[in-house]
Amino acid sequence: MSEEFPPVIQALAEAVSSEFPNGLLGRTSFRGNHRFHVCPKQSHAILKYLKTRGGFGMLVDLSAADYLQYPDAEDRYGVWYCLLDVENGRRLIVKTNANDPDPSLDSVVDLWEGANWMEREVYDMYGIEFRNHPDLRRILLPDEFVGHPLRRDYPMRGKGERHNFPVLTRAEG
Amino acid sequence: MALKLADVIAPPADVREKDYLWTLNFGPQHPATHTTLRIVLNLDGEVIVNSVPDIGYLHSGFEKLGEHLDFNQYVTIVDRMNYISPVANEIAWHQAVETLLGIELTPRCQYIRVIFSELMRLHDHLLCVGAAALDLGAFTAFLYAFNQREKINELNEWASGQRFHPSYTRVGGLQRDLDDVWIGKLRAFIKQFPAALADVTGLLNRNRIFLDRTRDVGVLTREEAINRSVTGPVARASGLVRDLRKDEPYLAYKDFDFKVVAAKEGDCLSRYLVRMEEMRESIKIINQAIENLPSGPVNAAVDDRMVLPNQLSVYRSIEGLIHHFELFMTNRKWKPPVEEVYAATESPNGELGFYIVSDGSGTAYRARTRPPSFIHFALFNHLAQGHTISEVAPILGSLNIIAAELDR
Repeated sequence: MSEEFPPVIQALAEAVSSEFPNGLLGRTSFRGNHRFHVCPKQSHAILKYLKTRGGFGMLVDLSAADYLQYPDAEDRYGVWYCLLDVENGRRLIVKTNANDPDPSLDSVVDLWEGANWMEREVYDMYGIEFRNHPDLRRILLPDEFVGHPLRRDYPMRGKGERHNFPVLTRAEG
Repeated sequence: MALKLADVIAPPADVREKDYLWTLNFGPQHPATHTTLRIVLNLDGEVIVNSVPDIGYLHSGFEKLGEHLDFNQYVTIVDRMNYISPVANEIAWHQAVETLLGIELTPRCQYIRVIFSELMRLHDHLLCVGAAALDLGAFTAFLYAFNQREKINELNEWASGQRFHPSYTRVGGLQRDLDDVWIGKLRAFIKQFPAALADVTGLLNRNRIFLDRTRDVGVLTREEAINRSVTGPVARASGLVRDLRKDEPYLAYKDFDFKVVAAKEGDCLSRYLVRMEEMRESIKIINQAIENLPSGPVNAAVDDRMVLPNQLSVYRSIEGLIHHFELFMTNRKWKPPVEEVYAATESPNGELGFYIVSDGSGTAYRARTRPPSFIHFALFNHLAQGHTISEVAPILGSLNIIAAELDR
């Protein structure tokens, strides 16, 4: 289901494809969301280009999904960057992907400081490692936690982690 | 490979001259955090050299639940994210679902949702202002603010049957229509609210302690606000004038006359002032909406088979009953396109967006929340560095961190 692109986004797509041959894998549009699908190897360079030349100064959202059981999905993980041009109010979503066994992408913390915690959350929930991230730690789950709970092969009710929590007795406490 | 909290908070072993730095644990149970969050502070005397927020105490897998509950069921979970302004979350969630399904809301539904959005803005800002004042010793302002919040809770209860977690919106409409009694109650509330707001203003705007402890504390520049993804009143207090109600008008916001409030200084005081002024604008919007409330149905066209039928038609007609079952049986439900969509609203705290990945079933394949509290709490170290430990309370209070939304 594809819609028309506004001329500015259209021009930007052409500029990106001429700047990065093979970088822009495709573009889609759905109900006002305009998406660029980019090659994971060049995602950092393209995002940098969009920030400096395209005017997308703000990273509104960064998150991921596990496409394990998704119909006709080719890649395991999809990561999206929702960009916003603060001056003109334009939005653009950049999507890239990562795959097992070592899902990893280049961190964009050097471009947007706001990506710091969002990348940590993606690492925590999906196990996607962000190269060159200054502080890649789990953020919502404890450091000792094993597994990545938002992956589709992680069961809804957990793997019994809670039953293994140490129990303090009254005498010990 | 993976770092641990201990690696970050321990001072480097070779830095002997930094031995005098003192590590202090702030929270997870501390009166000024209001909810459950923890900050590990590195102190030089009273001055904060570095701080490491440690969150996740309230993490309960809301986004995982979103992948297992259908579009109407998940609204009860969304309620509990920012429970200070529950209906604002519901509106944001269902706006994303309706964008995905391509549902056009009726004018009455849009107006009622606007009224609730603005009531929730009052609800949220009153808590933020009241609690910030409480932490700085102004107890009376807190009571005045909470008195008004109680009245909004009563309005919630009358409209939906629930005070705190109303679950009032549904896909394509609302749980039920508003009646004249509710509108009378809202009019009475709106009439007395400006006086109460003036009371709070009078207690704080010339309160010497409050001013001294918030002015020039936790300054955020416009460039840093953009760089750190800040939205909502926190961004507007730093001169980043963006309000989705004006910039990307959703619901019926383009019908109303209101101003976007902004400040330049970016300190805790301007964040407080922006919130106070936004409440006055919200009252203006509610007044306009209530006087021009369109008549007609609250639910979008029933023929679309996407909106729950009303109770009467379920009980009295076979078509209504079938339609009702179609939306409730686990193997039927909605048939959205296999697509993904991001839709955002201007919630009281900032841009609250949902990114839904749909695999064509009635349940989201992935329901990502863009939580403003999470993004604003990431600012904390940036704002607190160089300030004294007593300024942790005003900084936390001005960011309005709701831990349930922070951790989800």
